[in-house]
Amino acid sequence: MSWVNAVVQGVLLGGVYALLATGLSLMFGVMRIINLAHGSLALIGAYMAVLLVDHTGLTPYLAIIPILPGALIVGYVLQRTLLERSLRSSQLVPLLTTFGLLIIIGNLLQRFFSPNSQSLDPGRLGVWSWKVTSSITISAFAALILGVAIIVLGGLQLFLSRTRTGRELRATADDPDTAELVGIDARSVYARATAIAVATAALAGIFLGLRSAFGPSDGASMLIFAFEAVVIGGLGSLWGTLLGGIALGIAQNIGEQVDPQYFALFGHIVFLVVLVVRALIESGRLSTIRRVSA
Amino acid sequence: MSLLQVESLSAGHGLLQAVRDVSLSLDEGETLALVGANGAGKTTLLRTIAGAHRPTSGRIVLDGRDITRVPAHKRVGLGIALVPEGRRLFADLTVEENLSVAAAKRRSGPWNVASVIEAFPILEPLRRKRAATLSGGEQQATAIGRALMTNPRVLLLDEVSLGLAPVAVDGVYRSLQALLDAGATVVLVEQDLSRALKVADRVACLLEGRIVLEGTPSALSREQVTEAYFGLRQPAAAGEGRA
Repeated sequence: MSWVNAVVQGVLLGGVYALLATGLSLMFGVMRIINLAHGSLALIGAYMAVLLVDHTGLTPYLAIIPILPGALIVGYVLQRTLLERSLRSSQLVPLLTTFGLLIIIGNLLQRFFSPNSQSLDPGRLGVWSWKVTSSITISAFAALILGVAIIVLGGLQLFLSRTRTGRELRATADDPDTAELVGIDARSVYARATAIAVATAALAGIFLGLRSAFGPSDGASMLIFAFEAVVIGGLGSLWGTLLGGIALGIAQNIGEQVDPQYFALFGHIVFLVVLVVRALIESGRLSTIRRVSA
Repeated sequence: MSLLQVESLSAGHGLLQAVRDVSLSLDEGETLALVGANGAGKTTLLRTIAGAHRPTSGRIVLDGRDITRVPAHKRVGLGIALVPEGRRLFADLTVEENLSVAAAKRRSGPWNVASVIEAFPILEPLRRKRAATLSGGEQQATAIGRALMTNPRVLLLDEVSLGLAPVAVDGVYRSLQALLDAGATVVLVEQDLSRALKVADRVACLLEGRIVLEGTPSALSREQVTEAYFGLRQPAAAGEGRA
């Protein structure tokens, strides 16, 4: 029955990955930027929570309230200053810019918070759990993360389909040139998209920090998990991102069940298999699959 | 005073100079047709007026105000709207969303989703359909409607008949004629010479980025236009004037 438990825990873990992947997917979908600093920005969210908990005595959950607007501002300014400039050149420049950010953020965090790992205390939520069967328990905290992920993704979906800003975002993602011609300031839309992306990253970072210990150089591994969730779920679809996160979580937990060392490895394998199958479908070699899925 | 004035405008793509020292002016309510072969610089000229393309020199003046340095999205608010070549609808948005998304910087005026759909009745049953699923004529109607949503003072139309079935072209031009009759100020790029001559108050012929001939359709003979169109020195053999 522990296999079933691995799958259940994987689904719950998938919530965090989906939350982490949302912003990455959004930025790529709207601006074609692969933000290599995405995991690092999430990490900053977690460190800010540590700071607030230490200095103001807020619980990590309440720390989210001041951190989210801060993250929105950071994202907006980041886009307006660095990313907007790098977007004017080739596709490669934003990639290099965000790679640079990844390194700088890692080093700054190490400078100010020491290389020691930090953690956030999930409080009583961390101990509560429901015993479903003798071998399956669902922790209240893991369920909370999945719930938050679903609410954030659903809210974002509604925002994109129902609001004026959401409509402008979709139009700009489709064709920034023409969007300008109908009166949309593409650069302001980009800045708003990055603001949302950084805010969701910070939220995901705080939840990841509540879940397990983190260090200043964890930005890269967070980025990889987010990236894998996006690719598995398929680009440009929010619910696909949720499914991708869940698939990654299940794979990692099954890997851990086989051998605790295989946790990340199984996730990587699923990611690679999805990539190869996609490539084969694209090239038409797996035409039967294409017909079935179409 | 003229509503739109273009003064010795030049624009290019890298080393290629697409528009060379073009000057023209447009009065309120006037329809100017730009004709010329492929690559004559018509699209670049329209895109430069709309702000989607940066000029290398020259000025664009709208109602006395120099707008040469105003970005495209702000020109919309000042009253310039372009219906781009190839329609360029937002494929994943519905017809209604394509229209309403253009309302961000809209000037006050008669056009809104309801009045656009009234002007293009074929759009009524398509309101909730994704733009990508529309036929060419339906897409063109949506694209013109999207530009109208901004309540432009000057409407720039680039190749509205390109790639459409003849019956669809007729439909688009019927709606267009109604617009023109209502006093819209329009710059029209059109490959089909006879259509251009029929709807325009004035025709300007571009050749290799320069205006080589300008006048009212009644003052210009078909031969003159054809000659200017292809850049022939001698009167050309009777051609349809299509590139």
